[in-house]
Amino acid sequence: MRLSLPARLGVRTVALAYLAVLVALPVGMVLQRALAPGLATFWASVTTPAAIAAFNLTLTLLAIVVPLNVILGTVTALVLVRGGSFRGKALLQAFLDLPFAVSPVVIGVALIALWGAGGWFGGLADAGVRVIFATPGMALATAFVTLPFVVREVEPVLREVGDEQEQAAATLGATGWQTFWRITLPSIRWGLTYGTLLTVARGLGEYGAVLLVSSNLPGVSQTLTLLVHARYHDVANTYGAYTAATVLMGLSLATLVATALLNRTRRHP
Amino acid sequence: MITVTGATKRFGDFLALDDVSLEIPAGSLTALLGPSGSGKSTLLRAMAGLENLDGGSVVIDGVDVTHVPPRRRGIGFVFQHYAAFKHMTVRDNVAFGLTIRKRPRAAIRARVDELLELVGLAGLAERYPDELSGGQRQRMALARALAVEPSVLLLDEPFGALDATVRAELRAWLRRLHDEVHVTTVLVTHDQAEALEVADRVAVIHQGRVQQVDEPLAVYDRPANAFVMGFMGSVARVGDSLVRPHRIALRRPGGAAGVTTPPHGDGVVTVPATVERVARLGSETLVELVDEAGQRFVARLPRDEAEALGLARGDSVEASAPRDPATADFIDYSI
Repeated sequence: MRLSLPARLGVRTVALAYLAVLVALPVGMVLQRALAPGLATFWASVTTPAAIAAFNLTLTLLAIVVPLNVILGTVTALVLVRGGSFRGKALLQAFLDLPFAVSPVVIGVALIALWGAGGWFGGLADAGVRVIFATPGMALATAFVTLPFVVREVEPVLREVGDEQEQAAATLGATGWQTFWRITLPSIRWGLTYGTLLTVARGLGEYGAVLLVSSNLPGVSQTLTLLVHARYHDVANTYGAYTAATVLMGLSLATLVATALLNRTRRHP
Repeated sequence: MITVTGATKRFGDFLALDDVSLEIPAGSLTALLGPSGSGKSTLLRAMAGLENLDGGSVVIDGVDVTHVPPRRRGIGFVFQHYAAFKHMTVRDNVAFGLTIRKRPRAAIRARVDELLELVGLAGLAERYPDELSGGQRQRMALARALAVEPSVLLLDEPFGALDATVRAELRAWLRRLHDEVHVTTVLVTHDQAEALEVADRVAVIHQGRVQQVDEPLAVYDRPANAFVMGFMGSVARVGDSLVRPHRIALRRPGGAAGVTTPPHGDGVVTVPATVERVARLGSETLVELVDEAGQRFVARLPRDEAEALGLARGDSVEASAPRDPATADFIDYSI
C-alpha cells in the first residue's frame, strides 16, 4: 500500500505522538527531575547506604536467577523439542506460560503459602533457613517471573535448527556432551542470548512478587524497585525516587544496548 | 561389508521395515532404490544407528553393531539436506571428526586440505556453508564424512535437493570418487536412472521389503516381479508380451521397414497398430500407438530409425516385440 504524502505525514505524527506521550515524556521527566539539581546531588542521592545496598541486592538476585534460568531453561527447551513425546508434556507447556499469565502478586502469595510459616516447607524457617522475608524468597520470586523467557526464546530456535546437524555430529564420532557444546549450543546462541537479556530486564524490574516476600528493610532487603517505591511512598523522598528510578533505567538501558549491539554483530545464524 | 539380518522397524502402525535381510559387499557401491515411504531411508539409518531396530541385526565388517551408537560404528553419513554445521567454516566442518578425535593440528590441517582438493573445494576453506551453492555444500558434507576414514559411507538421497544439472554432474563425480577411494558405499535414491548410472549393485525396496538385489541392468532387464518391472522404467504391452519400449520395432505394413529389421520367429509378437502421436526427444523418438484392441503402448526408437520411417499421426504400422520369458509371469500387470 502506498500512502499519499499528507497521509504518510499524518500517520507518522500519530505514531510518534503516541510513543512520546506514553514512553518518552514520562521517562524524560524522571531524568529531568533527577538530574536538574546537578550531578553532585544526584550522585549523593544514589550512593546513600540504602541505595548501594539496594543496587547490590538487585545484582545479587540477578546473579542467582539468571544462571539458574539460563541452565534449567535450556534443559527444559531441549526436553520439549528433542525429548520426544512423553506424558505430561502438554501440562509442562501450560505451566511454563503461567508466569506470563499470572499476576506477580499471586506468585508472591503462593510463595508465602508454600515456604512461609504453616506452609509445606515452612519448617525450614524453624531450622534456621529463612526463605520468606529473606534473599532466597526474593530469588525464588524473581526466578518464577523470569522462568519462561529462556525456554520460550530457545525452543523455537531448536525446532527450526532441527536435529540433523546433531545426527551428523554423532556419525562423526561426537558424544552427546560434545555435540551439545560444539553443535547445539552454538546454533541456539542467539536465542539463548536474547532470552538471557529478557531475563535480566524482567528480573531488574520485578516488583510485586518480590515486595510480598521481602521484609522491605532499607539497606537490608530492598531491591532497586522496592527502594523507588519506599522512597516515594513511605519517606516522601520524591527526589530520591527519581534518582533511584534513573539508576534502574540505566541498568535496563545497558541491557537494551547490549541486545542491539549483539543484533548488529551477529552474522552466522 | 555390511550384513543386515531380519531388520524390522515400526513407526506406530506403519511397518517401515519388514524382516529385511541384505548384504552389502565390501568395496561396492550399492543403491537402495525405492519409492518414497518404501523403507529405504529407514534401512540406511538403521545401518548408521540413527534409527533403532525393533528386531534384527546389523553387522559391519564382522562386528555386530546393532546396539552400538552411531559414533562408534565407523561410518560416514551424508544427509539429503547437507546437515552442514552452519556456524563453522568449510575447514572446521571437514575437520570436525578429526578435532573430536583430538588429532594433532598440523595433521588435521593437512588431511582437510587433501580432502578439499579431492572434492574440488580447495579455494573455499574459509567460507561459511551459507556462502556455498547446494552442490558445494554436499561435496563439503562428503569430505566431512570421508575425513574420519569410515569403513562404510552411507548416502541418504544425497543429490535429491539439487537441480537436474548439478545432480547429473555430482552423480558422475561420485562414481569417479568411488573408483578412487573404494570405500563400501550405500546410496539411497528414488531415482532409478541415478541407481543405474552410479551403482554397481541395486537393491529395490518396496513396502519395507527387499524386492530384488542384482546388477543394475539385470534389475532392469530381468525384474523379479511386476513392481520392480514397473518401477525400473516404462513398460509396453504388445499383444500378450510385456517389454521395455526400446525393444519394440516398427515397420510399415508390406515391408517398408526402418533401419532395424524387426525380430522374427516364435519368440516374437507382432501386432498391427495405428500411430497416435510422435514425440521427438532429441536423441530418441517416442511413438504412441494404439492396437486393434484399443490397447495403448509407447515405442521408443532411435532418432535415425524414426526419421527413416517418417511416421505421422494416423499411419498404420506393424509393431513387433520379443516374447520375454522374464516378464511372462506378470501378464496381469496393469500399465
